[in-house]
Amino acid sequence: MPLAVAANTALRLLPLCAGRAAAGFPSPAADHIDQRLDLTEYLVLHPEATFFLRVKGDSMTGAGIHHGDLLIVDRSLEAASGRVVVAALNGELTVKRLQRSRGRITLRAENPAYPDIAVNDGHDLQIWGVVAHVVHTP
Amino acid sequence: MNQVIALVDGNNFYVSCERVFNPALENRPVVVLSNNDGCVVSRSDEAKALGIRMGVPFFEIRRLVKSHGLVWLSSNYALYGDMSARMMRLLGEFAPRQEIYSIDECFLDFSGMPGDAAARGRDIRRRIRRYLGITTCTGIGGSKTLAKLANHVAKTRRECGGVFDWAQLSAAAQAALMAGLDAGEVWGVGRKLALQLQGMGIRSVLDLQRANAALIRRRFSVVMERTVAELNGESCLELEDVMSPKARIQATRSFGRPVTAIGELREAVMSYVIRAAERLREQHSACTQVAVSIHTGKYRAGASRYSPAILIPLHTPSNDTRLLAAAALHGLERIYRPGHRYKKAGVMLTGLQPAASAQADLFSGHERPHATRLMAAMDAINRTYGINTATFAGAGIEQPWRMQSMRRSPHYTTSWHDLAKAG
Repeated sequence: MPLAVAANTALRLLPLCAGRAAAGFPSPAADHIDQRLDLTEYLVLHPEATFFLRVKGDSMTGAGIHHGDLLIVDRSLEAASGRVVVAALNGELTVKRLQRSRGRITLRAENPAYPDIAVNDGHDLQIWGVVAHVVHTP
Repeated sequence: MNQVIALVDGNNFYVSCERVFNPALENRPVVVLSNNDGCVVSRSDEAKALGIRMGVPFFEIRRLVKSHGLVWLSSNYALYGDMSARMMRLLGEFAPRQEIYSIDECFLDFSGMPGDAAARGRDIRRRIRRYLGITTCTGIGGSKTLAKLANHVAKTRRECGGVFDWAQLSAAAQAALMAGLDAGEVWGVGRKLALQLQGMGIRSVLDLQRANAALIRRRFSVVMERTVAELNGESCLELEDVMSPKARIQATRSFGRPVTAIGELREAVMSYVIRAAERLREQHSACTQVAVSIHTGKYRAGASRYSPAILIPLHTPSNDTRLLAAAALHGLERIYRPGHRYKKAGVMLTGLQPAASAQADLFSGHERPHATRLMAAMDAINRTYGINTATFAGAGIEQPWRMQSMRRSPHYTTSWHDLAKAG
């Protein structure tokens, strides 16, 4: 039947649209699609040196760090005085604010219920890494 | 152009990885044991000082746990693998070319790079120590063999500070140092060949370096002749940028307890096929043969011994877990005899070839593109969400036969449930 052939031909001649918008109007945003925001890219600047740790206890609540929060620790960052760090102290990992003054190191808790730790020769201390971000679920 | 090759490795790698997340292990003798908690595969310096040798069965040193506070750990390959990947990426930034040689060592090509090679080795040491908490040693020389040997020097001589470059020494000082090193320390020589060399009066590295090349080739092989050339600073072994694909893939494990029922053997074989097939696809290969073996232990009074193996050829090369599993299970049915207490089972994939060149299979009835996509999807899921997230029910759920890793540390870097805690 000639009619059927004609219809078939017409179908074949429909312009092919790339993408999924073939059945409707092309999206006016199609030319402006960008990468979707990636949270990891924002939070983890040095992937090889970054580790995730879990907070235990409430010695740092004053710094907005709560029990169960996720610490994003970047070991490549400079452990400058005033930064929140993870330290290996006497065989345990602890999160505290680092204070260096006149050659003395203090690990400060940010909760009045916890004493500061003045690091002396009797302590076995290593700064493990700098807390770059804290992920907290309210 | 003169080659400048570095060999970098992480000291006591597995123990060092454990210590990063468990600082209580510092300053104590620590060993990591092989898969079935059988043999020592990594030792801390303190454990070495107790005279614990590499590869020694744990039961021989168990008494040191009580007497010397020795700490032992099961191996945690998820942790070591992740730390290794981090270390290799960081090391790759120090040179234009890198050959990853094993989980904890790689060659770097420093040829033609400006600046002092030893200084670069010290930069590496500082960087890896700070970023990962792992101490590295770097050996530098004019060939891979010299770099390996330099690494040994860096490790054994405290005054090196973990970095040694042959170029730092005069020719006379190099010879003096080589005269004091056993020929068995040379890469590829080993204990057996060292004994044969001794028979020829070759004891030290210097002896080997100055040996007659033609004689060495006659008595040994071109491989040994090349080693001699490499010791003389003639680079014969190229850096291999890509890990060369393995010629066969093996998965053999001991059970946590003896197994008698074929049902449990099926689960074990299935789970080994799953792992082996993953590794097969990782290196973009397909296999043409599947071998299965089961073993009762060594002879013990009252127990019969039975260790059969069977090789099942495939119609066409494949890396489809379902096909390989069907072949392996078919093989298992053929060799299984009831009444034995099996201690171990193994699966081996052989006759490997590139997956891309595998011919279309007209007879298997499997639709190849579909199978490829299914396997790729499973691999992707397991890479993202952890091993065995998507798996086959045939491998069993409880897996009571599985080997006990009694003291494996948490998967600190690869599982959300296992993160280290900071108080």
